Amino acid sequence: MLPVIFFIYFAVAMTALSILIITRKNPVHSVLWMLAMFFHIAALYLFLNAEFLAAVQLILYAGAILVLFLFVIMMLNLREELSIERFIDEWPIGVALAVSILLLIYFTLAKFVQGPLGQYSIEAVKSETHTKALGKVLYTDYLFPFEIASLVLLIAIVGAIVLAKKRS
Amino acid sequence: MDFNGFYGFLGCPQNTSLCVQIIIILIKIAVVIAVTMLHVAYATYFERKVIGHMQVRLGPMRVGPHGLLQPIADGVKLFFKEDVIPQAGDKWVFQLAPIIAVFATLSALAVIPIFEGFMIANINVGLLYILAMSSLSAYGIIMAGWSSNSKYAFLGGLRSSAQVISYEIALGLSLVGVMLMSGSLNLYEIVKGQQEYWYGMYLIPQFLGYFIFLVAAFAETNRTPFDLPEAESELVAGYFTEYSGMRFALFFLGEYIAMIVMACVAVICFWGGWTAPPILLKWFPFLAVVPGIVWFFIKVYFHIFLFYWVRATVPRYRYDFLMRLGWKVLIPLALLNIVATSIIKYAF
Repeated sequence: MLPVIFFIYFAVAMTALSILIITRKNPVHSVLWMLAMFFHIAALYLFLNAEFLAAVQLILYAGAILVLFLFVIMMLNLREELSIERFIDEWPIGVALAVSILLLIYFTLAKFVQGPLGQYSIEAVKSETHTKALGKVLYTDYLFPFEIASLVLLIAIVGAIVLAKKRS
Repeated sequence: MDFNGFYGFLGCPQNTSLCVQIIIILIKIAVVIAVTMLHVAYATYFERKVIGHMQVRLGPMRVGPHGLLQPIADGVKLFFKEDVIPQAGDKWVFQLAPIIAVFATLSALAVIPIFEGFMIANINVGLLYILAMSSLSAYGIIMAGWSSNSKYAFLGGLRSSAQVISYEIALGLSLVGVMLMSGSLNLYEIVKGQQEYWYGMYLIPQFLGYFIFLVAAFAETNRTPFDLPEAESELVAGYFTEYSGMRFALFFLGEYIAMIVMACVAVICFWGGWTAPPILLKWFPFLAVVPGIVWFFIKVYFHIFLFYWVRATVPRYRYDFLMRLGWKVLIPLALLNIVATSIIKYAF
């Protein structure tokens, strides 16, 4: 029962926080609500025994990416920003699209069949610790996709440096 | 979804009832917070005395014998001061900022093992948790700077957040060497791992990591020589210029707790935590009666003294030097340390 209550809390809170994020007029407030939502996501990972993901969620998303968001937003002209309408006129189309995707997911989930369990059951992950289990899988079975992902990130880093560097 | 992860997070045996566990945790939290607050109060006194004597002054002398009651007087004064909130600022964010600053640093204390068997939460990703919480402290600073609606506070906040983000990378990377050597992120196991050596520390094999960690810790906690966010001569008091009374005290508290946390991490990761060097115990067996908490506090206070010592000795850095040091010296050095540690660990 207790896990269900917790899950309901997180589900409701995350939905409410998401709505708060997009409806705030002041972008700085949006970012702060987003920080609260990232905490909820991290807690959800924690309940799934994914402690490494929870920590990384906080370090990377809350601690680095969101701070950079805040950094950029603070440079905006807030007075001008506050007078602009929050939503563009076409927002009902967006809502309709979102609802139809939600319905699609809802009907697909009804047909969802759970796949066979792999070697990493909750007990296995717990005895090996989540960090180790994740590292092992990432660097053996999924080494190639992992390397491709890091290469893509490297290209993005190089691209950012090239763009930022002054041409002399 | 199961709840064992949650119990494990609280660090309790799984067969006790939830109610008892929560009470035990609450008592532990109360003890740790009370002890830390007292330490913070006297850390300010200690700082003023140490720096005073280094500059051939006496430091606080008036309140009580040798000024011993000075921290209490300061606390009472801050508590009863008027709480001024700038009218043009963002009221909510302004009030939230100091709370976040204290929360971020105080919550990091939860995973620190103070002596054998005493920590609030024994979690497997303890080191990552501390890094996550210390990265959150940037929010307190940046929010304070922005919501004050003051140029000085804003510049201080921007500077500080850039500094904290930059040095976080070096801080995290400097600890990777320790993670590699102990093969764990659990602080308890990191301390245990150091007992393999006769000197009982990772300090000697990880001297480079320790050096990088110390420099990054000074920058993370905004201490001299990296106290640019609050450079008095250019920014008044930086991000907390507009704060007064209790809210100012919260920022002050946050800074000192952050210092204590960084000292604790240095002690746990590089100095063997609450354990004494095995060789010392072999030569002087009577030292075994000294409880772990004494060793721990001796080591922590050495580091806190180091913070003061550096503050009294080294002048403030220039901002572009600070960034250059972080990105072009410390991060490459930390990466070098990781590569060297991995090679040595693989070879032996």
